[in-house]
Amino acid sequence: MRKTPEELEKIAATIRQDILNMLAAAKSGHPAGSLSMADIFTALYFEVMNHDPKKPDWKDRDRLVVSNGHTCPALYAVLARAGYFPVSKLKTYSKLNSPLQGHPERFRLPGIETTSGPLGCGLAQAAGIALASRMDNAHFRVYCTVSDAEHDEGNHWEAVLFAAKYKLSNLTVFVDRNNIQIEGPTETTLPLEPLRAKYEAFNWKVVEIDGHNMAEIIAAVAKARAEDSRPTAIIAHTVAGKGVAYMEGKSEWHTYRKNVK
Amino acid sequence: MLNKEAKLSKKIFSRDIVLRAIRDGFGEALVEVGEKNEKVVVLTADLKESTRVNLFAEKFPERYIQVGVAEQALVTIASGMANYGKIPFVTSYAVFSPGRNWEQIKTTIALNNVPVKVVGAHGGLGAGPYGSTHQALEDIALMRSLPNMIVVCPADYEEAKKATSNVVSNGRPTYLRLAREETPVFTTVKSPFKIGRAEVLVNSKNPQATIIACGPLVYEALLAARELEKIGIETLIINNHTVKPMDERMIIRAAKTTAAIVTAEEHQIAGGMGSAVSEILSQNFPVPIEFVGIHDSFGESGTPEELKKKFGLTAKDIAEAVKRVILRKNS
Repeated sequence: MRKTPEELEKIAATIRQDILNMLAAAKSGHPAGSLSMADIFTALYFEVMNHDPKKPDWKDRDRLVVSNGHTCPALYAVLARAGYFPVSKLKTYSKLNSPLQGHPERFRLPGIETTSGPLGCGLAQAAGIALASRMDNAHFRVYCTVSDAEHDEGNHWEAVLFAAKYKLSNLTVFVDRNNIQIEGPTETTLPLEPLRAKYEAFNWKVVEIDGHNMAEIIAAVAKARAEDSRPTAIIAHTVAGKGVAYMEGKSEWHTYRKNVK
Repeated sequence: MLNKEAKLSKKIFSRDIVLRAIRDGFGEALVEVGEKNEKVVVLTADLKESTRVNLFAEKFPERYIQVGVAEQALVTIASGMANYGKIPFVTSYAVFSPGRNWEQIKTTIALNNVPVKVVGAHGGLGAGPYGSTHQALEDIALMRSLPNMIVVCPADYEEAKKATSNVVSNGRPTYLRLAREETPVFTTVKSPFKIGRAEVLVNSKNPQATIIACGPLVYEALLAARELEKIGIETLIINNHTVKPMDERMIIRAAKTTAAIVTAEEHQIAGGMGSAVSEILSQNFPVPIEFVGIHDSFGESGTPEELKKKFGLTAKDIAEAVKRVILRKNS
């Protein structure tokens, strides 16, 4: 069933509540990125992707490789709300014996395509899935989410080169451009700009959007689908800690601190 | 002396024994494997020729993927392809893969538990004149410490062929270590080979020590056994090609039979095949062990033969280690 942007925003608001509850219960995790990713994950699972929570191994499902695994509280909340597992499980996040590991692990939880957390290696895996599925004439699409600071990693740029070489137009990456990383702003830690020009120079199609605007997220995916000779990077301008006034834009909220309310 | 069941080459100690490279066995077997299994894909990091996947690339260009000099991409792209359902073989020099990309192998292959076959060429001192930067003396340690990972070090060309075709459908992350130089082909098409099962090559009546070797040093161990026999020292020789999962029963039985062990490998002693043997024996049946391998140093330039001599990896060195371990046993 198609969802309107307003309906998606409502779901994302619930997801943000879930994220804060999970982090407060775990006293651990990554609030800033989880909150900046909340709208993108919501749009992917409630509107964009072809998937079935009752059949997580369905072979024709669209794949999502979450390279920025530290944002998994948002992913877990979305998966639970989409019906992959009971919402009650969310409170076990990162606790002993929980399938909701501190960073996501394949096989521990339905709906997790790849183990992730160590940065920079998700896009290459997504490119591998995209190339392998194209060899078999499969028609699903491969999505990948990456943080902006992940662009510090060489492995990511190796994959950017590779995806362009093989013209993986079935591959779309969302860049969570929230401008912060553990130690401070991305532009003082290791400057990434001009990021759009970098992707374009590597022969990628680039779409820039407000990563908190549901209509823009959906329109960007439509543009990526229309592209037939290049992979697409959707640079989603987001606000770290979006939705929680005292966290917004602050790198100190990259990781959990006391007093998450 | 020779175990008939091992069906070793009749020319085993003859001067005209055939010399072939382990990497050639891999490259040739890979073509056969590709013919039988359409899921097999091959990726390389700008080392098609020297890792011998050129044969596969010519035959199956649509299943051959060149990633460039990018070893991290090599294994992570392969992880994705395996995640979808392919069986990727990824090749580079062992010093770069698994040397440079170990964390990616851990996270995206071992932890993801996808059946990527990491093939490390020029294992040991084989890169010779290129020097220590290109010599892989740590790769067994890196790979055997990973949960889910199978680790195989074929002893010759023929065994490399069997190892390659055996690991295709095991559904597991696997490391295959290949040597560069041409070495004697002492096993035959009929020699038994099974992943996880060590093979007894020399089975004497009254063995005083066991030599457990892997890779090209298995042949050096055989030469050592022959020389030792001449001076009245009988040995048991085990080809321990599967470093993980290791054939514990065979290792323990050998320790019980001879009460003295020598391990031999072209690798650092720290963390290598011999370390794994000692882990098994110290917990189950402790006996004196001597380790033939690299003693906590880097390699250097030279021919592989010169380097083997300099770093103490020859038949003579193995024979000396056997004498030492017997002395320790009897002291």
